[in-house]
Amino acid sequence: MDSKVTYDIIIVGAGIAGLTAGIYAGRASKKTLILEGSTYGGQIINTPDVQNFPGESHISGAGLMSKVYAQAKDCGAEIEFENVEKIQRGDDGIFVVHASDENYYAKTIIIASGTRNRKMNIEREDDFMGHGVSFCATCDGSLYRNAAVAVYGGGNSSISEASYLTSIAKKVYLIHRRDELRASGTAVEDFMACQNSELILNSTIAELKGSDKLESIVLNTPHGKRELQVAALFIAIGREASIDYIDGLDKDPDGYVIAGEDCQTNIPGVFVAGDIRTKNVRQLVTAASDGAIAVNSALAYMRSAD
Amino acid sequence: MLAEVSSSDFEKEVLDAKLPVIVDFNASWCPPCQMLRPILEDFAAEHSDECKIVSVDIDLARDLADQYEISSIPCLVLMRNGEEIDRKLGLQSERKLKKWIQR
Repeated sequence: MDSKVTYDIIIVGAGIAGLTAGIYAGRASKKTLILEGSTYGGQIINTPDVQNFPGESHISGAGLMSKVYAQAKDCGAEIEFENVEKIQRGDDGIFVVHASDENYYAKTIIIASGTRNRKMNIEREDDFMGHGVSFCATCDGSLYRNAAVAVYGGGNSSISEASYLTSIAKKVYLIHRRDELRASGTAVEDFMACQNSELILNSTIAELKGSDKLESIVLNTPHGKRELQVAALFIAIGREASIDYIDGLDKDPDGYVIAGEDCQTNIPGVFVAGDIRTKNVRQLVTAASDGAIAVNSALAYMRSAD
Repeated sequence: MLAEVSSSDFEKEVLDAKLPVIVDFNASWCPPCQMLRPILEDFAAEHSDECKIVSVDIDLARDLADQYEISSIPCLVLMRNGEEIDRKLGLQSERKLKKWIQR
């Protein structure tokens, strides 16, 4: 069912950039909706101790973002937890935001959806997401206590996830497509020293098997197929800048949306804030700054359009 | 504050409840669960005449987590007259929760 309300600003993403935009838009008395497909707070909520946010010497990422969320709500921003699937502009100049449950309408758009976990892009990956396939061992690892699990990736985050799981799971496979891990140092040595760890190199995941939940994975190895009975697979193959819900945006070769310090994209009425914008420094404070600037640019755009 | 429920009082607090019950399966180490909590607390306070919301810590009540086949958290299970009606993974807005309990 369509909501018939036209918002002044719809913000896509509820990380620090999107929530800060919500604070500024709400304080400017603009009707504002934030759409978030996952949890509010962004990547930082998995960080146990944030030490570089002004005014907070030590605070958990989740604790910090809970405060910012409450502040955005108090300022009047509405928040819905839905995936944005498509944004199109109607003949009347109003943007139609097609979200997973409803359509929403807005005069301006602020893209603040950040980067996202890179998927493997193999069959049934989406089906098993939340049913054995996960991007977060520290979130879901405990659900697989004393089970065999696998981690896919070769960087620092994969070794971190795999090492964490060795204290929980019966067996931890770390699978990487190259002949050596990109991660290095004591973390790798610590993982390899665990009795229940096994490193599998030169291998990719070809198939996910199971009925309602993941039961095994099939690898392509230099010696042919190998099937591992695992209850969970944690994907740790990096993050990517990828926006597929709005056409015509100018992006750099890595997928970041091109915009200057005014956060204005090449599409009039569409602004971009946070990690998804082309920039040199990606930090909480620079993302928050973008949120404020994007709203000011959106306000100027609406004034000029009136 | 949401009431913490374990297997010892699950029948009384959930299965025998007169109102619909949202069971919030969560864990202390789960950041998204922490982010969901204030939304649930606000909703429970505003809709106490329509439903109740209880919390199940899956580390303290593994038997319930196994019984309800919880494979990802936060997971909200909607119960009515002792039967599971529906479940949702991840965060939900108060507006969506209101529609959900009316189904």
